[in-house]
Amino acid sequence: MLQDKDRIYTNLYGFESPFLEAAKKRGDWDGTAALIKKGRDWIIEEMKKSGLRGRGGAGFPTGLKWSFMPKEVIDRPHYLVINADESEPGTCKDREIMRHDPHKLIEGALLAGFAMQAHHAYIYIRGEFVHEGSEVVRAIEEAREAGLLGKNAAGSGWEFDVTLHRGAGAYICGEETALLESLEGKKGQPRNKPPFPAMAGLYSCPTTINNVETIASVPEILKRGGDWFAGLGSDEKNTGTKLFCISGHVNSPCVVEEEMGVPMKELIEKHAGGVRGGWDNLKAVIPGGSSCPLLPKEICDTIPMDFDALREAGSGLGTAGLIVMDQSTDIIYAIARLSQFYMHESCGQCTPCREGTGWLWRVMTRMVKGDADIEEIDMLLDVTKEIEGHTICALGDAAAWPIQGLMRHFRHEVEERILAYRKQAKAA
Amino acid sequence: MKKSDALKAPFQPENFEFSDESAVAEIISRYPQGRQQSAIMPLLDLAQRQVAETGPFGDLPIGGGWIPRAAMDKIAEICGVAPMKVYEVATFYSMYNLEPVGKYLMQICTTTPCWLCNSDAIVKACKDTLGINIGETTQDGYFTLMEVECLGACTNAPMIQMNDLFYEDLTYDKMVEILQALQKDEIPPHGPQNGRRAAMALNGPTSLEEQAKKAGVA
Repeated sequence: MLQDKDRIYTNLYGFESPFLEAAKKRGDWDGTAALIKKGRDWIIEEMKKSGLRGRGGAGFPTGLKWSFMPKEVIDRPHYLVINADESEPGTCKDREIMRHDPHKLIEGALLAGFAMQAHHAYIYIRGEFVHEGSEVVRAIEEAREAGLLGKNAAGSGWEFDVTLHRGAGAYICGEETALLESLEGKKGQPRNKPPFPAMAGLYSCPTTINNVETIASVPEILKRGGDWFAGLGSDEKNTGTKLFCISGHVNSPCVVEEEMGVPMKELIEKHAGGVRGGWDNLKAVIPGGSSCPLLPKEICDTIPMDFDALREAGSGLGTAGLIVMDQSTDIIYAIARLSQFYMHESCGQCTPCREGTGWLWRVMTRMVKGDADIEEIDMLLDVTKEIEGHTICALGDAAAWPIQGLMRHFRHEVEERILAYRKQAKAA
Repeated sequence: MKKSDALKAPFQPENFEFSDESAVAEIISRYPQGRQQSAIMPLLDLAQRQVAETGPFGDLPIGGGWIPRAAMDKIAEICGVAPMKVYEVATFYSMYNLEPVGKYLMQICTTTPCWLCNSDAIVKACKDTLGINIGETTQDGYFTLMEVECLGACTNAPMIQMNDLFYEDLTYDKMVEILQALQKDEIPPHGPQNGRRAAMALNGPTSLEEQAKKAGVA
């Protein structure tokens, strides 16, 4: 279990003010200029050493991502864009950072921005987080007044500023290129890659997009050293600490910072008060936000919460938002409701996703009742395979995976429901 | 009503002017020269908030914020883009209301994490108390009921968003209480409704012992 001394987010629950005076006492903005003086190569090396993998879901190594930016600024400015469009069902961790520890995010933006030679960062926050956005704006204003942002940010000699941009209710804008489109004042429809954002991103300029938690973890990693972060976690590819959000059928749902690789059972029992009705009452857990395939209890008994273990188990760490479901859950409806979500959020650009997500939802809705043929299960799976990998962005995949997970582990329940429905229909 | 039909709605005012020029200028200044198109989203938000503040047009009953077509045209003019560019954005994002909504816009999250925690009871509480269905507005223009997708407060499920505010950890009874207060124009304190702090476990923190002690929480 992670010790308090190794926690990054010491104001996670808002025990203290989120603002500058209190944040400084917590260690924010301490020696920031000295870190910058060590140079951008040192920062990127240290980030690589830490093993930090992107906290927004895909888990791409952060240091490596930063190193994709052009080495020299030629004719176009570089941009850092922070993805605060937290919308994956089950995920509510960036919200806690932004409303309770915004200075970690802003300090991290300066360090990351310097490392990629950006003078400007945009934070793209989901529109619904009105309060969280206002807290970040206030923290940005404080930082400007205190000279932590501006011509000579934090006395580092680097010019840097941060701007908040509010979204307006579109899950797809969490996809990095849709986010850029949205930030440019357009519909949030993902772009084809290549070109990758590091070459042509915001306003066709070199851009790196990082998640809030990724950026907010940077100052502490650089202050304590990459080795400290790499010393935590399950192995060299799954390092550090992670914010976990535990929702659904647990006794006390919460957001908590734990060590990467913490066993799922320990995480749920120690921090979320255990599964409602006891561990044996567990049916399944969606381990990393809605797009990750669910895992049945037998796997949950022993699985560690890290990128690679969960991938091997046929799911993923994603955003580390655990959705816990006990034995009383109508698991077919739980997944059908996610199909409805993806249908609603499809941007409509690619045909397999636009048409497919609606199709999946309609068939899933019949399967909730049992009003289907057994053969349709395979047809449904077949269609998910037709959507997966055939769209510009991963929303199509995200719509396919929950259904694949359901059929992998609970196909018998779907079949039983179909048979029961038929029996009842016959009797009537 | 489909979103695109809203543009043809009969209650559209002919003209729209932003009342706070300095707010418009500040928004424009956030983006690089020549990139004013980026200001479309914050300006749509500003227009919606202005309508909520200044009140209804013509014979409409009291209501909340929405974006008349004239405001979109104004934004197109400010940003130097064709009006269609603004319509495209306004119709793509779910938070821009293209037709009048109630003064209190009740957005109930019913996505899986909230559903697991009985968001059905919250929907029922709203329907029972207000006598309207999802997608409808009360006669007096006070309430509009909407079902929305995940609002990003899953550990505090079930929850709703009322205008800008999140009400979390709801029950049927709590929801009714909140609605009854709003009917009297009293805005109840937002956040968790079961007495807990933010997204901390209800019985107290499971980490950050020292910090909790210092704050007098543990």
